[in-house]
Amino acid sequence: MNPRLARALVNGLLAGGAVVALFPLLWMLSASFMPAGAASTLPPPWWPAHPTLGNYHALFVRAGMGRYLLNSLLVSGAITALSLACNLLAGYAFAKLRFAGRERLFRAVLGLLVIPAQVAMLPLFLMFEYAGLVDSYAGVILPGMATAFGIFLVRQYARGIPDELLEAARIDGAGELRIFVQIVLPLLKPVIATLAIYTFLTAWNDFMWPLIELTGQDHYTLPLGLASLAREHARDSELMMAGAVVTVLPVLVLFLAMQRYYIDGLLLGSVKG
Amino acid sequence: MNARRAAWLFLAPALLVLVPFFVLPVLGAFALSLTDYDLYALADIHNLRFVALANYWALLHRPLFWAALGHTLYFVAVGVPLSMAVSLGAALLLHSPLARCRAFFRTALFAPVVTTAAAVAVVWRYLFDTRYGWVNHALGWLGIHPVDWLGDPHWAMPAIILFAVWKNFGYNMIIFLAGLQAIPVELYEAARIDGASAWRQFRHVTLPLLGPTALMVAVLTVSGYFQLFAEPYVMTEGGPLQSTTSVLYLMYEDGFKWWNLGTASAVAFLLFAAMFAVTASMLRLARRRGWA
Repeated sequence: MNPRLARALVNGLLAGGAVVALFPLLWMLSASFMPAGAASTLPPPWWPAHPTLGNYHALFVRAGMGRYLLNSLLVSGAITALSLACNLLAGYAFAKLRFAGRERLFRAVLGLLVIPAQVAMLPLFLMFEYAGLVDSYAGVILPGMATAFGIFLVRQYARGIPDELLEAARIDGAGELRIFVQIVLPLLKPVIATLAIYTFLTAWNDFMWPLIELTGQDHYTLPLGLASLAREHARDSELMMAGAVVTVLPVLVLFLAMQRYYIDGLLLGSVKG
Repeated sequence: MNARRAAWLFLAPALLVLVPFFVLPVLGAFALSLTDYDLYALADIHNLRFVALANYWALLHRPLFWAALGHTLYFVAVGVPLSMAVSLGAALLLHSPLARCRAFFRTALFAPVVTTAAAVAVVWRYLFDTRYGWVNHALGWLGIHPVDWLGDPHWAMPAIILFAVWKNFGYNMIIFLAGLQAIPVELYEAARIDGASAWRQFRHVTLPLLGPTALMVAVLTVSGYFQLFAEPYVMTEGGPLQSTTSVLYLMYEDGFKWWNLGTASAVAFLLFAAMFAVTASMLRLARRRGWA
């Protein structure tokens, strides 16, 4: 094939793919500024002819989207901070501390990766029902506070820390906790960033467990709030687009800012075997 | 503090989360699936009865369970190969030395992956609108008549598959891209010297060396696609005529709409069993054929 034609073909296909990937997101943004009913005309409009912030106003003032946004920030922030602490401690222990039964216990943790989370959801709901935790922030946060995947990721990374460094600190009389905080944590910075963004995005986008656990609207996260609005206001497409923007934009911006760490985590996590 | 005690102290927080909130509920799910736990038992635990395998037996005789399993298998069988083909195509394009602005294209193609499934499903519900949606409008340019995507039982699942491919292909694209970058350039040079065409290089160098990556991607994608739930919940509510009721959607309705938690647990275990059987046989087949 003629090299110029080949170059045009490759880049043309890439551009076409990018248009397909981005169009729904751009249209969501564009339609969110249209007045009610404007998006449902023929031919479908590209831009808002009379841009308005009315949909956003309606969402935050009448539909309680501000509350959902705060709930999402609270729940995802808490899950990220707490699960980082648990996963870092455990992952480091599996990588660098010696104790009887380490390999067997680690294999058991890896085995958990095979079980779909939904299997645990029904008994978990009942447990929380009896404990009075249904429809509470704690009920969403608690099960997400440690993950087999996070422990695995930290262990893979922490195995690269030289043993001599830890031994030298021990000979100097440093306690294990101090070694962890002062020597290990700074070395784990890249995997901390990776795990933090990965966990935050997963918690933000999570749908099924919050849907089961949160039975009242007061604790709804954004995806739940939006899904319930979409069932009530099925015809208000412009309002729904604004709701989708509020839900998607924070994670999209976070991803763009920390893209490298996210992709590193994806690649590290996919070489499980 | 000696090292062994330190190790257990370090493990304690994670184990105190994983054991009570995951391991025990999974075991509990099996126990629950052997009971008739329902609204009456929820009100008063003394109404609970042990029914052995009766829930499983009843499910195997319930047409809706088989329909839900069929819809899920349809989604997996069509969605996984389609997603993987698009992912591999995009990765090959990005890997091509002719590609320009690679960082931009990579980010753009990956963007749908990080979006919230429930939110973009709402967006796609309007894109699939029969009268005003962009999908039918774009098909109109090609002279294709409007399709009632989400209202026609034959088209609702294909619509959800298209949505899932759009949402997910970027993830595997990144993994394939890393796999392509790991193939030594010398192999292509040697093939070129032997006079191999671009297609033969792809067929005899790229594909075999990408085998293990493709197998891993396939297994991960299959297990992910078996867990279809948010898409039908938001886009079709399992309809029309229950044509998009997936196994998990059935579990959700049995469990939290009708409060038959015993039956719902049995549904969850059968899904797990189906998932395990399919992924295990994929791995076995691949090993026997020597792909990985």
